[in-house]
Amino acid sequence: MIQQIVTSFLASVAFGIIFNVPKKSLLKCGFTGMVGWMFYYVLKDHGVNIIFATFVGAFWVAVLSHVFARKYRTPVIIFSVCGIIPLVPGGFAYDAMRHFVISDYNVALSMAAKVFFMSLSIAIGLIVSEVMNQLIRDWRKRRGV
Amino acid sequence: MANMDEAMDVCLLAGKIMLQNGAETYRVEDTMTRMGIAFTGCLPQSYVTPTAIIFSFDGSNSTRMVRIEERTTDLQKVVLVNQISRMVSSGRLSLSEARSKLKGIEAMSHSFPVWLQILFAAIASGCFLIMFGGIWRDFAPAFVTGGIGHAAFIYFNRWIKVHFFAEFLASFIIGCLAYLFTQSGLGIHFDTITIGSVMSLVPGLLITNAIRDLMAGHLVSGISKGAEAFLTAFAIGTGIAMVLAFF
Repeated sequence: MIQQIVTSFLASVAFGIIFNVPKKSLLKCGFTGMVGWMFYYVLKDHGVNIIFATFVGAFWVAVLSHVFARKYRTPVIIFSVCGIIPLVPGGFAYDAMRHFVISDYNVALSMAAKVFFMSLSIAIGLIVSEVMNQLIRDWRKRRGV
Repeated sequence: MANMDEAMDVCLLAGKIMLQNGAETYRVEDTMTRMGIAFTGCLPQSYVTPTAIIFSFDGSNSTRMVRIEERTTDLQKVVLVNQISRMVSSGRLSLSEARSKLKGIEAMSHSFPVWLQILFAAIASGCFLIMFGGIWRDFAPAFVTGGIGHAAFIYFNRWIKVHFFAEFLASFIIGCLAYLFTQSGLGIHFDTITIGSVMSLVPGLLITNAIRDLMAGHLVSGISKGAEAFLTAFAIGTGIAMVLAFF
């Protein structure tokens, strides 16, 4: 568990450096990536469907990115990019490829379908959080003015 | 109308820097619109795709276009241009000041040296190995493989001007190295070493931007970025598949 926390944090910071994120934001990138990954990991560990776990992870990455972006007045993508990368289904894509190579198309296609739906759930996680962000912003505006 | 032409120049420069360094399409348009209004008071019209910007002012006779040849990822420049656009729209920065600052940003280089990026790609590979259920004994092989793979990706990208080929070669090299490590007994699991090392090539920015562009209604940009992300992933997969087919 602790090793998962440390490695996901480090991996997200490393991506921040590869993408040349401003130095001040690096730790926040790491934190965003860590939270997203831990939601995914814990849910997966408790037997939740892996596609739903990806959705929840992506959703929290996007929520945190919006919070940081508003607080520090920087573009959202800086934080969300680093956080999303661990959730990309690299392992399943690899497995799908491996089965395609040995002509085991039945397994390969079902793996590929899983990869497709996991990618889709990342997109939906981002979209749902964006919608919530806009609703909250409108609600605040209406109350404030 | 000299003022309008100059304003157009500065807006296009800001848009070009943002687009070349990995900003979303809607942010580029939004930045150029805000800056244009602040400079001239007229409403700008812009059309941005990943490969070109078309920009004009309402009621102006001239329309300008900028072709975007190369795109990299340098999010610091996106942040800095964003700050300048905020200062311009709050009236704290004049046209000529904004121009000289933007020129400065355009000339800036990556703030982390290449060796540091490669080192962190190597660290990320090791971390991904653990995250995907690998064992600590495979950490060092994944570290080396991921580092060399990312270095190969950076240098191939500079030498070969064919899109997706650098990703293909880099993942092929990663596969070969992982195979060598497992054959020599230094590594145990070929699968996890390969997956961990390949992760630093994953087109994360393209995926995120494609989704955000589609959400904002920029269908042309969103779909073309999605296609780019898909082809990149496919190139990585092909490189690994070649290794799997050989051995």
